[in-house]
Amino acid sequence: MIELPSELERGLVDCAIAGSLALVVLVLARRHAPGLLRELPVAELRGLVQIVAVGAILAFLLHGSSWVAVPVLAGMVLAAANIVRQRAKRIQGAFPLILAAILCGAGSVLCLMAVTGVIPIKIPILIPVGSMVIANTMNTLSLFLDRLQGEVKAHTGEIESALALGATPETALLPGLNAAYRACLIPSMDNIRSLGIVWIPGIMAGMVLSGTSPLFAALYQFVVLTTIFSAAGLTCLVASRLVTRRLFSENEQLLLRS
Amino acid sequence: MNPNSVSVMCSLPPLLKCMNLSRKAPSRPDIFLLREVSFELKRGEVMAVVGPSGAGKSTLLRMLNRLDEPTGGTVRLDGRDTREIAPRELRRRVGMVMQRAYLFPGTVAENLVFGPAQRGETLATAQIESMLAGVGLEGYESRDALTLSGGEAQRVAILRALANDPEVLLLDEPTSALDAAARESVEMALDSLIRARRLTCVWVTHSEEQARTWAGHVLALEAGQVRAWGLPEEVLGD
Repeated sequence: MIELPSELERGLVDCAIAGSLALVVLVLARRHAPGLLRELPVAELRGLVQIVAVGAILAFLLHGSSWVAVPVLAGMVLAAANIVRQRAKRIQGAFPLILAAILCGAGSVLCLMAVTGVIPIKIPILIPVGSMVIANTMNTLSLFLDRLQGEVKAHTGEIESALALGATPETALLPGLNAAYRACLIPSMDNIRSLGIVWIPGIMAGMVLSGTSPLFAALYQFVVLTTIFSAAGLTCLVASRLVTRRLFSENEQLLLRS
Repeated sequence: MNPNSVSVMCSLPPLLKCMNLSRKAPSRPDIFLLREVSFELKRGEVMAVVGPSGAGKSTLLRMLNRLDEPTGGTVRLDGRDTREIAPRELRRRVGMVMQRAYLFPGTVAENLVFGPAQRGETLATAQIESMLAGVGLEGYESRDALTLSGGEAQRVAILRALANDPEVLLLDEPTSALDAAARESVEMALDSLIRARRLTCVWVTHSEEQARTWAGHVLALEAGQVRAWGLPEEVLGD
């Protein structure tokens, strides 16, 4: 018989208790959502397998070189750029621009933080923190591009009026860019503003649970959220420069007309 | 007598000349939005462009200042192919007023200086006051542009285009979105500006009355092609 380490054994028991509790809730609510009761066991099993697989990969990586983080994070950046592309279907050739923006924005901020030692170059920290930065950058960039396209569609007349008066495409698009930039950073700004009052994010809870001093965990949470803000803000700034020209022809005609 | 009568201008070379101007639909290259349209416009002349909705009137206008690219034919401004003129320079020389005013957030004065500011120039306060007074908007320079009525906004939009001192002014149904009183105020403003400045205009309109009153020539479009071209009485009848 295979003997499991006590920590893993304990973890599986915890999973069984938590998973069963969710099933009990749906049994109690079976009249309201009978379909969910059938779906939940499959969803729980799938989720457990996925997260255990990720845990196993991380456990394997822990013993490898810190450089392993580079291809892992690069893969995340590629996946993020592919997802953001779905939000920029009306912009021709958007994928390379989005990829470049994430690499320049999130990539350079992560490198800076790693070089200065703010984010220790250790797999168990670099990959989770990097993934948080990339994932939040992805969300912010999606919001930015979605809003920018909406602004262009809603204000085609103003943009073309500015062009007709001899303005550059950059000048004509500036109000729309400003609106999109401000709107996309509001969630990140609110996260920083509400830190500790409205929510205590997962990374801090995790650090406290793993024995880190709550005060250091709190400070580090601030570091993570402001890093996310910097990465997202820089990525969208780069994207605004790269995407603007794609919205206009070489003869300074608006291509993305409503 | 119509001040812009073609007979007065016939000895002058054309300021604006279109030859076989065409545009295909971007998503359907087999469909022409405008097909082989030709006309000449002399300095100081007003030409009305009439026709039903979808005839290609706005498409024609947008190709004259290259907001849209022609897919065939040429436009010459003062003898020069407009493709040889930088878009921003062309748009300064060929101003445009759209169906709606599309004023920018800010004051009326800030809207008026927008065009000159693109070239690093400005307008003197006295010049702004004089321009506004000329269209019945005395004291409006510091008003919030986005709070103006439709007629007021359109008069500011006309002045904003003229602040660039264009050689040709394109008017894309500037009164069609206005009520009767506002339309009259804009027509009066245009009338005084056209007469005082001897403006060269291409005026897209649904109103035969406007065409008869101000145009020296009328271009009638239908389904993207020229149906008629000539003096107002020839094209519109008596």
